Amino acid sequence: MMSQRRNSAKRIGRFALKPVVAAALLMGTGVATVQADNHDKKPFASSYKRMESQSTLITNVHILDGKGGMMKNAAIGLKDGKIMFVGTSIPKYNFDVTIDGKGRWVTPGIIDVHSHLGVYASPGTGSHSDGNEIGEPVTADAWAEHGVWPQDAGFIAAAAGGITALQILPGSANLIGGRSVTLKNVPGRVQQDMKFPGAPHGVKFACGENPKRVYGRGNNPLSKRPFTRMGNIAGMRQAFADAEHYKAQWAKYKADKKAGKNPLKPRRDLKMDTLAGILDGEILVHNHCYRADDMGNMLDVAKEFGFKIGTFHHAVESYKIADRLKDAGTCSAMWADWGMFKMEAFDSIRENIPFVHKAGACAIVHSDSATGIQRLNQEAAKALADGRKVGVNISKADAWTWLSLNPAKSLGIDKVTGTLEAGKNADIVLWSADPFSVYAVADLTFVDGAVTWDNNDKSKQPVMDFELGMPGEKDGK
Amino acid sequence: MKLMKSLIAASVAVVGTFAGVNAEDIAVVGGKAHTMGKAGIIDNATILIKDGKITSVTAGGDVPAGYRVVDAKGKNVTPGLMNPVSILGLNEVPSQSDNMDATFKKGKNSMALDVTWALNPDSVRIPIARIEGITRAGTGFYSAYPFSGQGAVIHLNGEDIVTRASSHMVLNVTDRAASSNGGSRAALWHTIMETMDKAHKAVKADKKPADSKGKKKKSKKKSKKAKTAKSAPKKLDANTKALVKVLKGEMLLVVSVHRKADILNVIKLKEKYGIKKMALAGASEAWRVADRLAKADINVIITTINNLPGSFERLGATLANAGRLSKAGVKVMFTGNAAGENIRLMPQQAGIAVANGMDWSEAMKAMTVYPAEAFGIAKSYGTLAAGMDADVVVWDGDPLEVMTSPDAVIIRGDQIKLESRQTKLRDRYQTISANPAFRK
Repeated sequence: MMSQRRNSAKRIGRFALKPVVAAALLMGTGVATVQADNHDKKPFASSYKRMESQSTLITNVHILDGKGGMMKNAAIGLKDGKIMFVGTSIPKYNFDVTIDGKGRWVTPGIIDVHSHLGVYASPGTGSHSDGNEIGEPVTADAWAEHGVWPQDAGFIAAAAGGITALQILPGSANLIGGRSVTLKNVPGRVQQDMKFPGAPHGVKFACGENPKRVYGRGNNPLSKRPFTRMGNIAGMRQAFADAEHYKAQWAKYKADKKAGKNPLKPRRDLKMDTLAGILDGEILVHNHCYRADDMGNMLDVAKEFGFKIGTFHHAVESYKIADRLKDAGTCSAMWADWGMFKMEAFDSIRENIPFVHKAGACAIVHSDSATGIQRLNQEAAKALADGRKVGVNISKADAWTWLSLNPAKSLGIDKVTGTLEAGKNADIVLWSADPFSVYAVADLTFVDGAVTWDNNDKSKQPVMDFELGMPGEKDGK
Repeated sequence: MKLMKSLIAASVAVVGTFAGVNAEDIAVVGGKAHTMGKAGIIDNATILIKDGKITSVTAGGDVPAGYRVVDAKGKNVTPGLMNPVSILGLNEVPSQSDNMDATFKKGKNSMALDVTWALNPDSVRIPIARIEGITRAGTGFYSAYPFSGQGAVIHLNGEDIVTRASSHMVLNVTDRAASSNGGSRAALWHTIMETMDKAHKAVKADKKPADSKGKKKKSKKKSKKAKTAKSAPKKLDANTKALVKVLKGEMLLVVSVHRKADILNVIKLKEKYGIKKMALAGASEAWRVADRLAKADINVIITTINNLPGSFERLGATLANAGRLSKAGVKVMFTGNAAGENIRLMPQQAGIAVANGMDWSEAMKAMTVYPAEAFGIAKSYGTLAAGMDADVVVWDGDPLEVMTSPDAVIIRGDQIKLESRQTKLRDRYQTISANPAFRK
């Protein structure tokens, strides 16, 4: 009742303007290689350091391994930030901590591919509106990470909901809003402390209503286009036509230089760097898109210019074209039952996620919300139940792929996280009960084996700078 | 076998939405009935429904001839749920769709506006909400005024959906209200007090003649004056007349508020004007004054999930709000979400509150008897008891669980089809075809 009168800037950040990827994890190639030959190709490098942790054994617990398997009354060991083992035979090792997991569940940590934490931070004052560089329709040079405020209390609340990694995206005002960043959900003094080492860059596209409303409806004095969906696609195509030219300029320069000529070095263009990185397959595409027809047009734009759309975000009509999405190898990041708040969301159905799953396409549960991110397990539960009620029988173990493995694939980090396998990062959640229940809470959340949330010990719960001296400090949200 | 037959009957021959009240006699049999009333929980309950009303709720009672049986064996049965504040029936699509009737521009009237003139019983959102067990809703306006019109309670079935007109009025004292009413809370409260004073005087004037009756003898002149005073309310402007209903306790005053300091001002407002029925909405920091709210008999309507310091008036927001309030004796209610798009998510809000310290039974009352009392419809709705409107829901599990949904929904005696525009889209696309438009 209250937040519907959210100020317009915030509105933009959330839904109104508001989210197979590299077969191999693109470790270390986060930035387009097409760029100039003598600049830092990986600026703003991650300064993440694993938090102090203890080797931990959780026994007698139900485990969803994140790749479709379930083990009852099994055990999992965490050591040196990695998963040491998962199963029923416990290796001999003197663990620092042993937890009896009776009646509880362990899953991989939840990964949210669509968050605006930090760029639309709490409190949502105008000064914190850092997610939409609205000036012009294509701002591919803007990077979400430069708007991330690490003191957003929403990060802590997300840890309490079992979130171990998340992608922060620019908003969806622009056709191409800029680069996204993948973070580990750990406290940090600067965003670089949270940056997921080795995660490739992503980029945010937007279809449909938002760009045309923000620009074409007289809302933006700097740009009158796009005014329509026609203008949206035209703007997208022109951007990539320009990027092709940019790439050709650099290719010629490099060839000429190699041939011993003394060519003039092309001017570096930060927008074009991003677009060229997309064409080279090094920057993963995250496309805010609701309607089936909008998604169909974007798939063809990608085809025309030879890049891939990794994930459609929101994708409320994916159920109408799930077969095409499967063929394209494109994921759909969806809400369980959120919709109808605007025309392009009007055809939302509760069975979108199970229907996409059933068609063999990649399904992801996402939040796009600072409150939704706190209980994506419940969203998966609702989708699962709605599917089952119409005969789409999916197991809880398979449904968990919507929360960890598929998001990890979408972000290009699935080689190191997203499932419970020996050697992978110890990103896990110990739930108080079956996580498909509304009553389950994350008792413990681990990132790289370190506890980021302890529900039963207030003294260990993090408190952001902003919260100090404020009502509700140390209240655990 | 007999049971089988009735089951089939229940699933196939479901009554149409507009079959009219009293179309058939129904017996809901074998479930665990959470009556929400004096009878408490009744196992293996037989709930008989005739002429749109519940006629009896008994343990293991017989089903008279002629009743269609709805099998509830192994299931939970509750009253239909009520969402206290929504914009249901006033809007199809909130953003840029030119069909928003829940807001109005500044003009001559604010409090006088009656939402029932704007209601659309054919809203596609009504079936979407009711197939998830929501059978009643408070619905009304929000505006740039401090006071926003007269809301109503609706039942989610039929052509005439108004259960009670002029059931509540919304007063907004949040940041936003301050910014659109003078720019400071001081200016906002000045306007509120001026408005209240006017209505308060009218109420006092209305009472005066009756109060002074039989007291000391008056001169002819004075009694003439008293007569004038008595007829004064008739000359009141429409806005003040509406507010008089609030002061008399005929309408619930729902106050949108978050900050502790503002909530304390609201308590003062209640005391100063003797406002009888009041509920806070939003109320992020209400837990900080839980005892005082309980003492002042003020209810609180909560969106449980709003636990972040989203603004400087909500710094104390927490998931524990509902539980702490209810433990202090405050009657809590839930609303599904902000824009009223998904009021069907109310049971999830309740479940999350329980996961964070609220009692399960209080959470159920929060969706039935408490809104019924607050919005003035407790005589006909809110419990499973003889004489009540037959709003009955059969759930396939714990109603607060996210994987639970209704197997049967009965609203004022009509078992509605579990069908909406969304389920039709679902059915059309359950298998993908090249030309879905030529399918059902």
